[in-house]
Amino acid sequence: MEQFLQQLASGLANGAIYAALALALVMIYVSTDHINFAQGEMAMFSTYISWQLMSWGADFWVAFVAAVAFSFVMGVTIERVILRPLHSAPVLSIIVVFIGLLAIFNSVAGAIWSYLIKSFPSPFPKSDFGIAGVIGAHQLGVVLVTLVVLGLLFVFFRFTPLGLAMRAAAQNPQMARLVGVRVDWMLALGWGLAASVGAVAGIMVAHIVYLDPNMMGGILLYAFASALVGGISSPGGAVAGGFIVGVLENMVAYAGNQIEKATGVYIIGNGEKLTVALIIVIVVLTVKPAGLFGRVVVKRV
Amino acid sequence: MPALLEVNGLKAFYGQTQSLYDIGFDIPVGGITTLLGANGAGKTTTLRAICNMIRTEGTVRFDGKEIGGMATEEIVRLSIAHVPEGRGTFTSLTVDENLRVAAYTRKDKAAVRADLERILGYFPRLRERLQQQAGTLSGGEQQMLAIARALMLKPRLMLLDEPSFGLAPLIVQEIFRIMRRINIEEKVSMLLVEQNAALALDLASHAYVLETGRIVMSGSSSVVKNDDNVRKSYLGY
Repeated sequence: MEQFLQQLASGLANGAIYAALALALVMIYVSTDHINFAQGEMAMFSTYISWQLMSWGADFWVAFVAAVAFSFVMGVTIERVILRPLHSAPVLSIIVVFIGLLAIFNSVAGAIWSYLIKSFPSPFPKSDFGIAGVIGAHQLGVVLVTLVVLGLLFVFFRFTPLGLAMRAAAQNPQMARLVGVRVDWMLALGWGLAASVGAVAGIMVAHIVYLDPNMMGGILLYAFASALVGGISSPGGAVAGGFIVGVLENMVAYAGNQIEKATGVYIIGNGEKLTVALIIVIVVLTVKPAGLFGRVVVKRV
Repeated sequence: MPALLEVNGLKAFYGQTQSLYDIGFDIPVGGITTLLGANGAGKTTTLRAICNMIRTEGTVRFDGKEIGGMATEEIVRLSIAHVPEGRGTFTSLTVDENLRVAAYTRKDKAAVRADLERILGYFPRLRERLQQQAGTLSGGEQQMLAIARALMLKPRLMLLDEPSFGLAPLIVQEIFRIMRRINIEEKVSMLLVEQNAALALDLASHAYVLETGRIVMSGSSSVVKNDDNVRKSYLGY
């Protein structure tokens, strides 16, 4: 039982990370119809920034806020400088740009900080945080931080005039212009926010997976799976998808371990977690192509 | 009367195709002007050209200021509201959000609240549906929402693209009655594009007739209404 709860808790913690990165993907997707393949590497870069600030003596949370702010500026700049001129470019050109960004961030991080794996601190006190034997301090902290960030985003989009303008711009850019919304800036702002959310995910996961330029590769795949499971056009769905994928992969591996213990037959285990995630994607896309929370878009032709 | 909007030598292009040829007209302050024409004559294009939503040449002056090269959203911020063809509903937002997003550029928050109340006075049906998703409204309600949303911009000029499109005659009459009230009570000048020429000529004081991207006739509504060609081609008697 205790082991089951531990697996559940670690699933939730991983799920929180996937949820944050999936939300970053969805935020850009709903306003541009593009999946930013460089989202993970941007998050990794932000994580290195926070590491650098900490190694210069900054407090964890100071470095956290500074790195998130840096990511915002980085996201806005990338949109304005690199993607803006490509506005009417075909999808393939933009995909190439995303892959290019991925490679650039990866190698720049490697050049600056080397490919050696670094440990990354956790800001959550070991002793009086978490529930002994069930959820560790860092895991609980990750879930809480992610929930706070998601809550703030929800409030921003739901209740502020700027958030409303961004939603309007994503839904119907032409009409948004006709009510005076500067749609181009809304896109840049969306990029900034997505990069910031990604940075939170990176900084939170670095303690678990350690810091290296390739740390986000697998996590981006999970985030992508989460976004698809939830429905690529649904921010709430992406978050739910993150937690679903996080918990499900652990549960499947746990069940596999139990079966092996009982019968001695190895069917599935921790090594197949990513496979499980991808199978979930295939099943969801086959059974419910719009995702669990996505809406089916019917186009008149 | 001074002109609120002066258009001179306006050309418009979709890609390589030219669809307006040296259009010129004036919209007086406070009045309702209508632009008539058959399908494809360039009515919608003219409205889009004023807001610089397509490639244009020529001069467009609003309140004496050249607005030809400005971005659409900047033109709108000068208080020109465009109620587009197809109503432009933000379908996934609520009715309330559709209205509030149009006040996004305004800093006078207290006045915005007062405006919202007053505007809902014209459209009691919208008040009942404030929290409903706008995509679930009927066509007539969405048209009302589009006009109400345009009013939230506190416009001096309203460009209306076929507000009667696809609506039942009774609803159309209701909407046109409200438009007349808005014109008088809110002191909003209007440029109305319509297929329904009889209705438009009743509402407007001035009319321009477009044919294949050129203005072929203009004058006060009563004169245009009695022109033989207009009667035969657009009024059907």
